[in-house]
Amino acid sequence: MQDLQEKQVQGKEIDRLVAQYKSMPGALLPLLHAIQDSTGFIPETCYATIAQALSLSVAEVHGVVTFYHHFKTHQPGQHVLQICRAESCQAMGSANLEAHAKKCLNIDYHQTTDDRAITLAPVYCLGNCALSPAVMLDEELYGRVSIADLDALMLEAGASLAKA
Amino acid sequence: MTTKVYIPRDSSALSMGADKVALAIAEQAKLRGKQIDIIRNGSRGLYWLETMVEVQTDQGRVAYGPVQAKDVNGLFDADFLNGQSANASAHPLYLGLTEQINWLKQQQRLTFARVGITDPVSLDDYIAYDGYKGLKNALQLSGADIVKTVTDSGLRGRGGAAFPTGIKWNTVLTCQANQKYIVCNADEGDSGTFSDRMIMENDPFVLIEGMTIAGIAVGATQGYIYLRSEYPHALKVLNEAIDKAEKAGYLGEKICGSKHSFKLEVRRAAGAYVCGEETSLLESLEGKRGMVRFKPPLPAIEGLFGKPTVVNNVISLATVPIILDKGAQYYADYGMGRSRGTLPIQLAGNIKQGGLVELAFGITLRELLYDYGGGSASGRPIRAVQVGGPLGAFLPESQFDTPLDYEAFSSIWAVLGHGGIVAFDDTVDMAKMARYAFEFCAIESCGKCTPCRIGSTRGVEVMDNIIAGKEVAKNIKLVRDLSDTMLNGSLCALGGMTPYPVLSAMNHFSEDF
Ligand SMILES: NC(=O)c1ccc[n+]([C@@H]2O[C@H](COP(=O)([O-])OP(=O)(O)OC[C@H]3O[C@@H](n4cnc5c(N)ncnc54)[C@H](O)[C@@H]3O)[C@@H](O)[C@H]2O)c1
Ligand SMILES: Cc1cc2nc3c(=O)[nH]c(=O)nc-3n(C[C@H](O)[C@H](O)[C@H](O)COP(=O)(O)O)c2cc1C
Ligand code: SF4
Repeated sequence: MQDLQEKQVQGKEIDRLVAQYKSMPGALLPLLHAIQDSTGFIPETCYATIAQALSLSVAEVHGVVTFYHHFKTHQPGQHVLQICRAESCQAMGSANLEAHAKKCLNIDYHQTTDDRAITLAPVYCLGNCALSPAVMLDEELYGRVSIADLDALMLEAGASLAKA
Repeated sequence: MTTKVYIPRDSSALSMGADKVALAIAEQAKLRGKQIDIIRNGSRGLYWLETMVEVQTDQGRVAYGPVQAKDVNGLFDADFLNGQSANASAHPLYLGLTEQINWLKQQQRLTFARVGITDPVSLDDYIAYDGYKGLKNALQLSGADIVKTVTDSGLRGRGGAAFPTGIKWNTVLTCQANQKYIVCNADEGDSGTFSDRMIMENDPFVLIEGMTIAGIAVGATQGYIYLRSEYPHALKVLNEAIDKAEKAGYLGEKICGSKHSFKLEVRRAAGAYVCGEETSLLESLEGKRGMVRFKPPLPAIEGLFGKPTVVNNVISLATVPIILDKGAQYYADYGMGRSRGTLPIQLAGNIKQGGLVELAFGITLRELLYDYGGGSASGRPIRAVQVGGPLGAFLPESQFDTPLDYEAFSSIWAVLGHGGIVAFDDTVDMAKMARYAFEFCAIESCGKCTPCRIGSTRGVEVMDNIIAGKEVAKNIKLVRDLSDTMLNGSLCALGGMTPYPVLSAMNHFSEDF
């Protein structure tokens, strides 16, 4: 549970960002990015503030947040592990990486481990296709990833791995 | 004596540990009292050799690769900084003079002329290697003459649809409006493609210059780069380069002392493939859901915020400076048929030597896969190749002699698209690939039209039945009917081209169904 104080701080930060972005043409996406960069996700509680500042309805804000895969409506784990599912990585065995990660972390895509260390997410191309299979841990990109490499990354991110 | 050492900062190189290599080299140099100057250059695009480290010699740069941090000690022991010494050339990672590596030497790098050579964020480097010569020429021409030069070069949209760039610009030029925009489509959604990313990370000024020339040509004073959110490195590099260009008077008011103004801003996308489609992209830039718009009106007439807008791919725009520098004819002299100039081709998937190959149109797939690619990474036979991204057809070995040319590809019901080539070995299950094509369309559909929204989900279910061996003949017929509906009844190419991978898989690899 998020405590009250934390929520207030978050609210203030969001107010500050709204004020900073609201006069920009086409402000909504840059604003949502700024909020997510700062708080990790887009709290539903801020839709009304955004809507009012940009003269939109709350439903419109909700519609935009949920249209884009990048925007998260819940706080993710401490680290986000993205595994590329696109064709080039499939050709190099990404399905094995995907199955291995799900099994070891004991979660499916779009889920977070119980200890909140890792959120697992699919991604459709990281632009590292000459070095498939590729994964991204937070903003770090990795290429020609083997099962052993993936284990090392998950451990580095603080995961407690279930027996494979 | 200080030796220049080049270590790429391109994100694919980083993905193979380039930062760790740079750190180790700096440490060892200090420990051993060697004077070095580390330059973080772009990648040459020989990705299987990353991290590729180069050192300056009298003869040119000498390369070593693939270097890992653990190799660094041994490289120093072999006196690698002295690239011409016998010891250095005996090192197993020694590759000789970079420019003499066949894979690179045989390429025709026009758009990628500087990539890998320069420090991406050094404006001095950019200018020293012919940067901003195109803009200088453009500033002497009328808008109509710039547009004519681009038209005469034969440049066609490198985003995939291959529409003549000059003709698109002309539509915008002839529109009367108080505001026009240049929008760079940097959403690069296609799997197997990374040439846009390479330009943005490794030679960002060439894109900035291309967009500035476009602005001057059509009378637009504001530009946006709509950048894929999966490219955090490109974001940093672009912003740094834009800042430098502004400070040096290449962006902003009165560019280079002329009467022209052009401002540029990077906007981050948010992970929706359909937002690469130009009208969906414009909706997104306006702050909305990325729902595809009906065309007409074309963006060239009613685009961003309802104003005339040039929407072009990164490569199309980054190719403009060399055309304005060397002339339309110089560019048009490369290529075959109606495909003029060069194409930055991306070799990806199950391939031994993947990377960026820029060549005149006309080279065959077979030459690319074997002479450049060196065959599959797994060592097994290459069975299928998907060209042109997730909406592109799968080609069997019998079609490997097709030359890379827009018309040659259309004539075999395939697409060249953005020039991405993804190889699969003989372990691929083409029924699963057809299923994936539907699945991807279902995940990414904007939902505006029924054939795409419903058809793709239905396609997954039917493919599941085929894979499970249920009523195969009946279900194959169903997939064909469904594909037909999607081909003819979709508003945009996401729904409209998903049948390419599906039907080509069924037609050429029927044994898997
Ligand atoms: N690069 C990628 O990552 C990627 C991803 C998916 C699809 N694609 C490609 O996208 C293609 C489809 O794109 P599309 O739907 O935009 O194609 P399109 O044929 O509708 O349009 C091509 C371009 O030409 C412009 N145009 C057409 N007629 C014009 C005129 N008379 N005046 C001025 N401009 C004019 C359009 O506005 C557009 O910019 C596919 O062929 C596919 O290869 C690329
Ligand atoms: C679903 C879909 C996705 C697309 N994605 C991209 C993309 O990521 N990059 C791109 O340049 N063009 C993409 N396009 C093509 C654009 O709509 C448009 O044709 C292109 O940006 C025009 O630029 P060009 O003429 O320079 O190629 C896509 C088209 C469709 C239908
Ligand atoms: S084909 Fe699909 S993505 Fe394109 S407009 Fe229709 S529903 Fe949207």
